[in-house]
Amino acid sequence: MENRHAALGLTDQDVLEMYKKILLTRMFDERTWILNRMGKVHFVISGQGQEAAQIGAAWALRPGKDWVLPYYRDLGVVLTLGMTVRELMLMNFAKAGDPNSGGRQMPSHWSHVGLNIFTGSSPVATQLPHATGIAYAAKLRGDDIVVWTSFGDGTANKGDTHEAMNFAGVHQLPVIFFCENNGYAISVPKDLQMAVDDVATRAAGYGFPGVVVDGTDVFEVYRVTKEAVDRALRGEGPTLIEAKVYRFTPHSSDDDDRTYRDPEEVARQREHDPVRKLREYVLAHGILTEEEDQRLKQEFEAEIDAAVEYAEAAPDPDPSDLVRHVFAQ
Amino acid sequence: MAQMTYRDALRQALREEMLRDERVFLMGEDIGAYGGSYAVTKGLLDEFGEKRVRDTPISETAIIGAGVGAAMMGLRPVVEIMTINFMLVALDQVINNAAKMHAMFGGQFNVPMVIRTVGGGRRLAATHSQNLEPLLAHIPGLKVVAPATPYDAKGLLKASIRDEDPVVFIEHSLLFSTKGDVPEDDYVVPIGVSDIKRRGRDVTIVAHSRMTVEALAAAEKLAQQGIEAEVVDLRTLRPLDMGPVLDSVARTNRVVIAGEDWKSFGIGAEVAARIQEEAFDYLDAPVLRVNQAEVPLPYAANLEKLAIPDRDDIVKACLEVLHIQIGSPAAVS
Ligand SMILES: Cc1ncc(C[n+]2csc(CCOP(=O)(O)OP(=O)(O)O)c2C)c(N)n1
Repeated sequence: MENRHAALGLTDQDVLEMYKKILLTRMFDERTWILNRMGKVHFVISGQGQEAAQIGAAWALRPGKDWVLPYYRDLGVVLTLGMTVRELMLMNFAKAGDPNSGGRQMPSHWSHVGLNIFTGSSPVATQLPHATGIAYAAKLRGDDIVVWTSFGDGTANKGDTHEAMNFAGVHQLPVIFFCENNGYAISVPKDLQMAVDDVATRAAGYGFPGVVVDGTDVFEVYRVTKEAVDRALRGEGPTLIEAKVYRFTPHSSDDDDRTYRDPEEVARQREHDPVRKLREYVLAHGILTEEEDQRLKQEFEAEIDAAVEYAEAAPDPDPSDLVRHVFAQ
Repeated sequence: MAQMTYRDALRQALREEMLRDERVFLMGEDIGAYGGSYAVTKGLLDEFGEKRVRDTPISETAIIGAGVGAAMMGLRPVVEIMTINFMLVALDQVINNAAKMHAMFGGQFNVPMVIRTVGGGRRLAATHSQNLEPLLAHIPGLKVVAPATPYDAKGLLKASIRDEDPVVFIEHSLLFSTKGDVPEDDYVVPIGVSDIKRRGRDVTIVAHSRMTVEALAAAEKLAQQGIEAEVVDLRTLRPLDMGPVLDSVARTNRVVIAGEDWKSFGIGAEVAARIQEEAFDYLDAPVLRVNQAEVPLPYAANLEKLAIPDRDDIVKACLEVLHIQIGSPAAVS
């Protein structure tokens, strides 16, 4: 297998870290489903199948420096940027210590002040204008930062998406619009969402480049995102990146995907599992051995167990705080 | 009469009106193969085909705006906005367009469309579980309907589809699986008619949507203490039918208004104002309101439960307007 990472300036250690993130992301996600089915965690919305896109993109960003406005499937993004398993379990259990919001926001509507992660509203696409605004502020203040925001293919069709991109194009803002195209918006297939093959082609209408990338290929996603970051930092404006991915799970814990897609289609797509792809790569390049891989899994299993135990025992939000946070204090 | 869920009653209304009038068609997100986020449109794509059951992109402005255009061309669009929270991104089409087109054309065009949507919600947090009906009921030119029972859901949806004006039809996420008697045949419940859901002489509870169900449960509890509460279900918020409310107040002299919306500038504020305008002399106690805590609804279960009003809150308010100390034996004659 060809060495693809060295040419991108990635060391073996980098690739090992990327693999750890993708493995941890998958394992955390799977555990959240189990907790949901046990009745312990109320809601799951999952990124399984989209992790390589998330980790490849996040790897090109500077945690705590660049601003990141992820969407609800981006567990891999927030773990790569540095949110911890414990923090995310506190979020799942809506505990007082949840760093996102102290149990106020829905799970997976991530935020983290220290890591510059910005929460999104339930109506989709509303984070895109915010990303444009953060980039606008950065430009006005001369800050040396990039803003990265993500969204699904269905969300590409909302007015907010168009307005945010057009605004960013007019002012050549340092923002990256990252579309994780998994082919469905809940049940509605791509062909009922848009009359073009690629979301990325729309960038032409806003005056900046649009790039299509295989979202199961962590290195390609890293490469195109890094290029977009560099462009933005040079003052050359936004980029729209479209990562082609597939969602392995139902839309959320409230959905039954058998009503709108054939389980065989899902099985076929699972053959391109991005976690397995990266595992094969690290094994083939001697970055990791089978035994080390097993040990990693045990380590993560233990870390997740400990986080679940901690979060379950952690205090709920204080009832006397019910009407806090309505206005600034 | 058949026992039917609120969900099935709504589906039956859609189906009957689609069979009755070929101009009726449906548009919305996930309403086709998926059968709708709350399974109301299940089976309708198979029965009526894509022309009349149309899955749309996530484009609420286009969904509602296209509904306005199609309605003005003589069709009868019934558009579905998955939840009322998502209508906010398209309020211009609702408030500046659907509601005003008839007036802006000097009465020469009607906009006979229905916007079906869903209010309320649990464990979905602040931007996904709102009760925004006051926002819409405020607008001249819109009719706003919020049924509480399967019977009313079917009858009012049929009336809404036949209506010449834009109707915002607000279902409640916690009512879809509730059951009630629903005739299998054709009937309508007229828009703009409130309904006394339970008779009682001691106190009037005014409610709409799911709070009607809570009010009826509260009335049961009060009955155990010898207090007879009358429950008036508004059913339609605009135009608001105060007749049954005022009749009731004239008999009970005491009122509690229950809503899942926020108290400030809410449905209860309007109802209370009209009661004092038109029935001031009948009141023996201040009108009390029971509403949701005035905070963006938190996700955490313990905070959410505290924020949302329930039957016990209604009971408490009723005892208060009756000047009965909680815990003391009831003394109402
Ligand atoms: C404005 C708005 N309309 C509808 C919804 C309901 N909804 C939630 S997620 C979703 C699908 C989003 O699809 P896509 O953007 O492709 O992302 P995916 O979930 O496929 O990753 C929809 C329709 C919403 N949240 N906001």
